[in-house]
Amino acid sequence: MITSQPDAHGHFGPYGGRYVPEVLMNPLEELEQAYLLARQDPAFQIELDDLLKNYAGRPTPLYFAKRLSANLGGAKIYIKREDLLHTGAHKINNCLGQVLLARRMGKKRIIAETGAGQHGVATATVCALFGLQCRVYMGEEDMRRQRLNVFRMRLLGAEVVAVNTGSRTLKDAISEAMRDWVTNVGDTYYLLGSALGSHPYPLMVRDFHSCMGIEAREQILKATGRLPDSIFACVGGGSNAIGIFHAFIGDATVKLIGIEAGGHGPELGEHAARMSGSKPGVLQGAYSYLLQDEDGQVALTHSISAGLDYAMIGPEHAWLADRGRAEYTSCLDKDALDAACMLSRTEGLIPALESSHAVAEAIRRAPDAKDQIFLVNLSGRGDKDIDIYRENLKDLDEPDTN
Amino acid sequence: MNQTRISKRFQQLREEGNPGLIAYLTAGDPSMERTPDLVLALERGGADIIELGVPFSDPIADGPVIQRGSARALKNGTNVAKVLEMAKRIREKSEIPLLLFSYMNPLLSYGFERLAVDAVAAGIDGCLMTDLSVEEAEPYVGSLRKAGLDTVFLAAPTSPPARLELVARYSSGFVYLVSRTGVTGEQDQLSDAVAPLVANTRKFTDLPLAVGFGIATARDAAAIGAIADAVVVGSAIVRLIENNSDSPELEQKLEALARELKQGALSAKKQ
Repeated sequence: MITSQPDAHGHFGPYGGRYVPEVLMNPLEELEQAYLLARQDPAFQIELDDLLKNYAGRPTPLYFAKRLSANLGGAKIYIKREDLLHTGAHKINNCLGQVLLARRMGKKRIIAETGAGQHGVATATVCALFGLQCRVYMGEEDMRRQRLNVFRMRLLGAEVVAVNTGSRTLKDAISEAMRDWVTNVGDTYYLLGSALGSHPYPLMVRDFHSCMGIEAREQILKATGRLPDSIFACVGGGSNAIGIFHAFIGDATVKLIGIEAGGHGPELGEHAARMSGSKPGVLQGAYSYLLQDEDGQVALTHSISAGLDYAMIGPEHAWLADRGRAEYTSCLDKDALDAACMLSRTEGLIPALESSHAVAEAIRRAPDAKDQIFLVNLSGRGDKDIDIYRENLKDLDEPDTN
Repeated sequence: MNQTRISKRFQQLREEGNPGLIAYLTAGDPSMERTPDLVLALERGGADIIELGVPFSDPIADGPVIQRGSARALKNGTNVAKVLEMAKRIREKSEIPLLLFSYMNPLLSYGFERLAVDAVAAGIDGCLMTDLSVEEAEPYVGSLRKAGLDTVFLAAPTSPPARLELVARYSSGFVYLVSRTGVTGEQDQLSDAVAPLVANTRKFTDLPLAVGFGIATARDAAAIGAIADAVVVGSAIVRLIENNSDSPELEQKLEALARELKQGALSAKKQ
């Protein structure tokens, strides 16, 4: 049976590891030790499970998208409803786990990066819940396109710091968060929000999100009596994808399909489709597939969805791809928008633009997949993206005529 | 193995009983044409070793001054091959030790085996990658070492004894001690962490110990010169380059800064 676990130094095959300045090496070792102890501690798991259930709203439902499936005339599409989770996306799973860990480690100050703002909101939420100081780094470009989430973070008591270097998006927010951590490493916990960065983050973030796949596996067996044929999840860093994939990695018949941001198209700088021809490199603590120019400088990326707009894919995904256990494809901005419209109108579900990428690929494949079962991870809801939807769907936004 | 220019320079400094000055500048800032002259100016002022910065788009260990310097150098089209060309031009006029100072990805992209050959041919003496931990180093630095290049690693105030021992074991030429937690950049006061870090690292190695991060003035250099084998200055140099990039007096000013720093270091010889 295929399994996927990192080695003792956090390598998934050749990927992952720890590529950081020496200042952070011992703190990462301490974090790893603290996490491995917490993972073995029933009291930690009981407290986390209680919060996931009674605060965040787990388990989330698995919903059969009957009208969408009927419209496409092929596969039966089931939707894992992470959009119903508190704060509106899967990100809260990881934040609850890590904030409990930060508390165990005696850290009083939490820092985080955010792209779409969902991880920032989830971090601000758990910091409010535990009375911890919270600072979130966010690229200026992302602050502009996710204004609602900026305000939510501030309402929750977090300080949002605008990052105006580089492309002013997620990558630059991570760099600033790492610089803060390097400087304040004694009292500060870096609550990284995706399955990225140095060991133990990719492992830890995956574990805290693996509840999605564990629940979905039971739910789909109960609903249909069998495993799904294909699972679809969008991949920025890859936290929701690895979270739903992981329980199915040993099920060889289940196709795992990750969808990256195809942006405007295949030219370098116009997308964030790392698995369509990039080579591995080192960025922000890890070795994995990285969009870069011929001099090894990190390429700019583009996606309509801030949460997928990042130059590196998480290391476990790189390894799953190399071994052929998961496949990675991409979806253009416009196709993600079309998919969002279709899901909204057939099922009454307005998806986050990130999740729309996964929906789009399921929609594309469904007509040719008669008698198959598809599972789509709806990792977040679309409220945060309403401004972007309005900008791109102008015909729906005419001023009132009467 | 033959001694590199770095080891020879430290041996000479040791014989004289003098602390050294290591000067960082980002290659290609303010222009690729001027970098060799700036290196020569630093040498005239008394710099013993030059760290030649190869710019990277995402320099997580650097503060705003060196971030801006890297951005300017990248805008000028600086890459590994061009930095090696600059090194060759420096070698036409000087035997000052040259250490490539960068992040992993530009060098990884160039290829370490190719780099080992080309760097030696260009007159480079060693390499330091700020985001390469000793745990990950083996597959990459083997070819550099085989080619006779020094591989310098960082030790930090957060490194416990076991890590100091590892860092010292992996380093050749010298060990670079980071004076404080944080990114590169000048600061008002030197960290209390320096003296214990020097003493603790000394337990594991006879290699020269250089201290950097936050050292900007002759007074700082004096404090470090009293306890370590060399002082590393980066942001203060890059800031001076930034503020005088159009000035014909840039070389003179750099030389004067290096002289001031070197005099500072010398003023407090090791007790």
